[in-house]
Amino acid sequence: MDRVPILRLGDCLLVTVQVDMHDELAMSLQDDLTNKIVATKARGVLIDISALEMVDSFIGRMLGNIASMSRILDAQTVVVGMQPAVAITLVELGLSLPGIRTALNVDAGLALLRRALDRGDEGGYVD
Amino acid sequence: MSIEPTTLPVRSGEDVVKVRQAVRTLAMDLGFSLVDQTKVITAASELARNTLTYGGGGEVRIERLNQGPKRSGVRLTFEDRGPGIANIELALTDGYTTGTGLGLGLNGARKLSHEFDIWSQPGVGTRVTITRWK
Repeated sequence: MDRVPILRLGDCLLVTVQVDMHDELAMSLQDDLTNKIVATKARGVLIDISALEMVDSFIGRMLGNIASMSRILDAQTVVVGMQPAVAITLVELGLSLPGIRTALNVDAGLALLRRALDRGDEGGYVD
Repeated sequence: MSIEPTTLPVRSGEDVVKVRQAVRTLAMDLGFSLVDQTKVITAASELARNTLTYGGGGEVRIERLNQGPKRSGVRLTFEDRGPGIANIELALTDGYTTGTGLGLGLNGARKLSHEFDIWSQPGVGTRVTITRWK
């Protein structure tokens, strides 16, 4: 079965979603990522969804789950790279991704994580 | 271009991906804007998942609509022979679900479409038709 690769960047993990994910793949990413956070003691998780042409309620829920699980495991999550058309559609769908931090791209996301980690944030909802 | 309308099975997670891709191909072919493509693909994804998860699988008919040179659109009809929906009004309420999802799928698909029609009978099945015009 295919897997979404998870890369290590210092004390952060980088996930780049490259393919049109089917639901089982999204579920396995959730499991793999939580295991990897524990195994590597990662403090931050960066999820790059710039290649995703749509985010529906299932993928939205998966992103929310990852953010919640990471928080419980003492890591913070930032979702980066959402395409404008995807953002417009998500809001119209009624999904505003509460509890998920976002940034425009990987660089901005890493900087956001860096600042949050240096400050010793607890990964709350508000910056 | 494939012969239309097309009927695709919705029996696995990978079928849902194929439905999204087929809808995308048609919407692009019709010259939908990127935002409109995204909306109709997302609606298709929600309904395909419902067909799979709640209907126990089924199929989707994908149609190209042409009503004059300036009016074209995509019509999708999802059909299953699952348990049906006892209370359609409730099922269309944001946040209501009999499963484990967010309860946004059905009404979300309605919001992302220009026309929405649902027929369901307990014990017989469910049919949802959406249309998005260019």
